[in-house]
Amino acid sequence: MKRLGSRWPVLVLIAAFFVPALGSRYYTFLANDVVIWALFATSLNLLVGYTGLVSFGHAAYFGIGAYTTGLLMKKAGVPFLLAFPAAGLLAGLFAVVFGFFCVRLTRIYFAMLTLAFAQIVWAICFKWNEVTGGEQGMPEIPYPDFAWLERVASAVPWLGGYRTSEYFYFLTLLMVGGCLWLLRRIVGSPFGRMLTTIRENPERAEFIGVNVRRYELGAFVIAGAFAGLAGGLFGIFNRGVFPDFAYWTKSSEVLIMTLLGGMGSFFGPALGALVLLWLNQQIVSYTQYWPLILGTILVVLLFVFPGGIAGAALGLGRRLMRGAARA
Amino acid sequence: MPDLSFVFAQSLSGLTAAMFLFLIASGLSLIFGVLRVLNFAHGTFYMLGAYSAYQIVQWLGTGPVTFWVAALGAATGVALLGGIVERFLFQRLYGKEELYQLLFTYALVLILSDVARIIWGTQQKSVGRPPGLTGAVSVFGATIPDYNLFIILLGPAIALGFWYVLQRTRIGRFIRAAALDRETLGALGVNVRALYTGVFMLASFLGGLGGALISPMRAIVPGMDTEVIVEAFVVVVIGGLGSFWGTFLGALIYGQVLSFGILFFPRFSIFSIFALMAAVLIVRPWGLLGRPLK
Repeated sequence: MKRLGSRWPVLVLIAAFFVPALGSRYYTFLANDVVIWALFATSLNLLVGYTGLVSFGHAAYFGIGAYTTGLLMKKAGVPFLLAFPAAGLLAGLFAVVFGFFCVRLTRIYFAMLTLAFAQIVWAICFKWNEVTGGEQGMPEIPYPDFAWLERVASAVPWLGGYRTSEYFYFLTLLMVGGCLWLLRRIVGSPFGRMLTTIRENPERAEFIGVNVRRYELGAFVIAGAFAGLAGGLFGIFNRGVFPDFAYWTKSSEVLIMTLLGGMGSFFGPALGALVLLWLNQQIVSYTQYWPLILGTILVVLLFVFPGGIAGAALGLGRRLMRGAARA
Repeated sequence: MPDLSFVFAQSLSGLTAAMFLFLIASGLSLIFGVLRVLNFAHGTFYMLGAYSAYQIVQWLGTGPVTFWVAALGAATGVALLGGIVERFLFQRLYGKEELYQLLFTYALVLILSDVARIIWGTQQKSVGRPPGLTGAVSVFGATIPDYNLFIILLGPAIALGFWYVLQRTRIGRFIRAAALDRETLGALGVNVRALYTGVFMLASFLGGLGGALISPMRAIVPGMDTEVIVEAFVVVVIGGLGSFWGTFLGALIYGQVLSFGILFFPRFSIFSIFALMAAVLIVRPWGLLGRPLK
């Protein structure tokens, strides 16, 4: 039981590699979307769930990452392997500057300042036509170069025959898998445990000599950098980068995913991304009123399952265990 | 050096924008001051006010007082909606984490703006200027529409009325007390729950009125809610969350920065607004005239 408990993320990752083998372009597309948003939501959860900082501007770093990769790959012809880490790096750098000011504020003011910075990023992306393409955004971001991979794969009997978008999905899986592993290590480290302590009681943490602001800034920068990486992948996946990547409604979407999955668990937000995107795909084929449904889901969540899916599942599990123990 | 009458005209247009924003932001600020919640749905109430005014004008046809009846009717309708939402849903979230309250108001944005889309479609709607205010006057060489002048005068009138209610009436004292210390107020026998509902309704009324009054000037379209809420946030943040005169000052600053920003940095006036907001938050998180939260 214990072994399975720690191994299942790896099993999920391996299973995810077989999605394109199902042969449906649509499922691969959906899975790719989910994987990228899972990273975005998990990075936000480091702030909201672990550190107790409610950021309303997380889309800023997602947008910065997307524009970084997009600009480097489209305008400068930089290969993906350099453009991708650059997204995390630049988003992280912006997070250092913005975070320096944000972590000095608390609660609602923190949320407002993160929102203000995100709107600044959005306004720049929206208006700086020469560089960002302004309102029109930047279409036709190239895929990474998979020519060599296709040549190698076609030599192996059952590996060839995939499309470029499917190779990109495999690449996304590897990158996000690596990022999630790193984030998991961070959360489990003494640094990560200190973040939880700060969330529970910042005054006490301060009292025992912890530099609370420095830890919060650390969390802010790490969360921003990983959101940037998610954005870098999203620009390529989306085949273009647009200013609404950094708009405040994107920040609330990712917050909803995080809440839906459950802020109390590491993989909760990823689960939230899966459920929300899958629901979205299902529902938009029946009705154009997706926001109405999303809003309703959100209201039900807030009033009935404030712990999200992971919280509800844990609660149910505990109740079953108690029942079993009594019987 | 630009022409003086041009500068004057520009500042008047900034003033018009400011008075509108004051109308909307004052409701936002009131809710924050008393209920300690940032209401994302306030922009949606504003949008519903505009659509309702359009609808009432459609029903009543053109007449000398149609527009004013529509504006008050729309604002009252939105106030009732606000009251229902507060009484039956929002009230259950008091005392929960701020994130839940914020996201609830965001859920309202999603639901109500889609409902508006179902009722009124996505085609843009417009309302004519009320009879008697369709002309324009010339002030110091600058031409300004009558309706804008009316808005510029209405802003301070509402501000004074508001101030009078808050400072000089019994209800106003309760509202101010609730903003400072709700527990004590409750212990003194005031029905805090009803007071909150009332405050929420009053704020919704102001939001709806703002929407109704802007309908002769701007197109009524889906998406006007998310646009205005961020503007109103900037105003209350600059002025100080929960501070009444701060909101007024914030609106004035916003209007002028926007209006002159367009002149000097045509492309980056939106940017300068958010930069100003960030700068104020960094130096004084509680805003220019606000008070630090306990």
